[in-house]
Amino acid sequence: MVVVRRRPGAAVAPGYTQANVEALSAAHDEPQWLLESRLMAWDIYDDLPMPSPQDEEWRRTDYRSIRWDEADKLIEANGANVQTVPAANLEPLVGSGEGGTMIFVDGKLVKYEFAPTMADQGIIFQDLRTAARDHAELVRKNLMTRAVKTTDGKFAALHGALWTHGVFLYVPHGKAAELPFHVVMYNSQPGASLGHVLIVLDEASQATVQVEYASAQADTHSAYIGATELLVGDGGNLKYVALQDWNRESYEFSHQRARIGRDANLDWVIGVMGSRLTKAYLELELDGIGANGRMSGFFFADHNQMFDLDTQQNHNAALTTSDLLYKGAAKDHARTLWQGMIKSQPDMQKIDGFQACRNMLLSDTARMDAIPGLEIEADDVRCSHAATFGTLEQEPVFYLMSRGIPRPEAELMVIEGFFDELLDRIPFERVKERLQASVEGKIVG
Amino acid sequence: MGAALEIRNLHVNVAETGESILRGVDLTIKQGEIHALMGPNGSGKSTLANVLLGNPAYEVTAGQIIFDGKELLEMEPDERSRAGLFLAFQYPVSIPGVTVANFLRQALNARMKAQDPGSKGIPVPQFARLLRSKMDQLEMDHSFAGRYLNEGFSGGEKKRAEILQMATLDPKIAILDETDSGLDIDALRIVSEGVNSLKGPDLGVLVITHYQRILNYIAPQFVHVMFRGRIVENGGPELALKLEETGYDWIREKYEVTE
Repeated sequence: MVVVRRRPGAAVAPGYTQANVEALSAAHDEPQWLLESRLMAWDIYDDLPMPSPQDEEWRRTDYRSIRWDEADKLIEANGANVQTVPAANLEPLVGSGEGGTMIFVDGKLVKYEFAPTMADQGIIFQDLRTAARDHAELVRKNLMTRAVKTTDGKFAALHGALWTHGVFLYVPHGKAAELPFHVVMYNSQPGASLGHVLIVLDEASQATVQVEYASAQADTHSAYIGATELLVGDGGNLKYVALQDWNRESYEFSHQRARIGRDANLDWVIGVMGSRLTKAYLELELDGIGANGRMSGFFFADHNQMFDLDTQQNHNAALTTSDLLYKGAAKDHARTLWQGMIKSQPDMQKIDGFQACRNMLLSDTARMDAIPGLEIEADDVRCSHAATFGTLEQEPVFYLMSRGIPRPEAELMVIEGFFDELLDRIPFERVKERLQASVEGKIVG
Repeated sequence: MGAALEIRNLHVNVAETGESILRGVDLTIKQGEIHALMGPNGSGKSTLANVLLGNPAYEVTAGQIIFDGKELLEMEPDERSRAGLFLAFQYPVSIPGVTVANFLRQALNARMKAQDPGSKGIPVPQFARLLRSKMDQLEMDHSFAGRYLNEGFSGGEKKRAEILQMATLDPKIAILDETDSGLDIDALRIVSEGVNSLKGPDLGVLVITHYQRILNYIAPQFVHVMFRGRIVENGGPELALKLEETGYDWIREKYEVTE
């Protein structure tokens, strides 16, 4: 690969070669089919140019400040154990126990628990690499074949070639995982990590999953090139929460896509707090008649953070409903961008799609953009969108102060109140409280 | 001796436009007294109420307000509240995401912390009991406590929520800004009974109203009439009755010319 030098030490692209792919696969003694799929992804990656500001999707998000010569170094586990993970991430989601817990540190699984009551039902909860051996057919059939595809873009292809670790959850026909699954992907060192989440819910099955991403402070750049695949079969029901709090020298490029079957439901919540820059594609494919998807997102950018959240709600069948609500705040010099699109295939009647992005600007130097969009090719539909922008209003602050609450607390209450509606969509009370505290930290910090 | 609110020669402009609203208001309210402030719409009654609590939308250009011996104008709105001043707003704003219970507990805790920085605040069970008893008094459903403050409240619910706050915060001087407006007769009775149950030697009340109606429930000892940013008439309950019978035309005729 030709590496174009802009200035000494500044690479415009990661410096990987096919040898990296082969070495990674060999180091983990991966099955042949997996190596082949990685190499096919590599070919696609190799053919595609790096995204540039000339590409419409990247026009407003200039990621070129990333120092690839630091960020492309694949993180290797150095013996760091579960004790390096912040206590907040380790705290169980609910008091009654978890269906399964997976903690990765630097891509290595350092804690793994799986409730026997879950295993007894035929539920599979394994790290992706082990699952690729133990349940080859199931993984092979679903891994980057139905939701995220290696052809989705440069970073999706790179992910397909070099994913470093992942989680696989499978719930068989008619089974309900009543306890939540909890996954933490934590990096104790800077560098590149490529984590994968693959969730497959068979017909009429049910699960609740939370995935948390975080990393230790570092002086050098990191890259997270992730993929999330949520496959909800007919009549299935998935609650999925993903919370990101990378360190401030990290760049996230992620593709996340859900496919929802007939009469199935997805409740998908994301929280973006960390990273220097995040570019995430979040796509909902409503494939079956009567499929429902709710997408909720909260984000809070401060200092020099840039978040770019690109959402799609694709109504591929009749009688499907989607409801997106993203709420964000920005202060200091931060920038946020939400671009949303609701699409319907021709003649998909009686669909109901909604999207709203509500923004709260907390400083004059921050910038927030919201670009909603509709592409509807049917006539009997109900689709609408809204984008709002506001600042911290003085009227409610005065009202709270007039009851004896000091200004800093009053402002905090109003801003937290703005997010409350979203945090309420997180099914775990403790997690909600933790997020309230981190919102508080951003407001005060 | 009880606390007094003394307003002296108060001049106030709208902060944004500089428009003059209050042009020399003098009024003194003591703990234990019930005052009514009446006047036609636009005379400056609500502005006075908001200025007393320090609404930043208004700018005081001259005058003085002494509350309980302290210079009120030098205090922030939260300090005024903690000193014992309360305003039941005419149009309370809604605050999404902040529940009535959470809000009132924070307000009580702010009081306790101001007195004792080490205070842990009111224990939750004790607060819950307090809130329930106050809600019962105002015939409010307990589910109110969990609702977002004023969000989706009907006019009557908003006014009741204001009186609930007054009852919980136990002020020395309370200003009721058009608390009767938009209330049906049942709601007016409940709200008035709520206020009356708080009356006593420790509470001074300023009832701001356009109509005599609420004064049938909350009987004032002193009645003042505001017109064009000044208090132009002072009297007893008979003044309110006269206004009820004759309207404000005679006030206009009498004082318009002096403009």
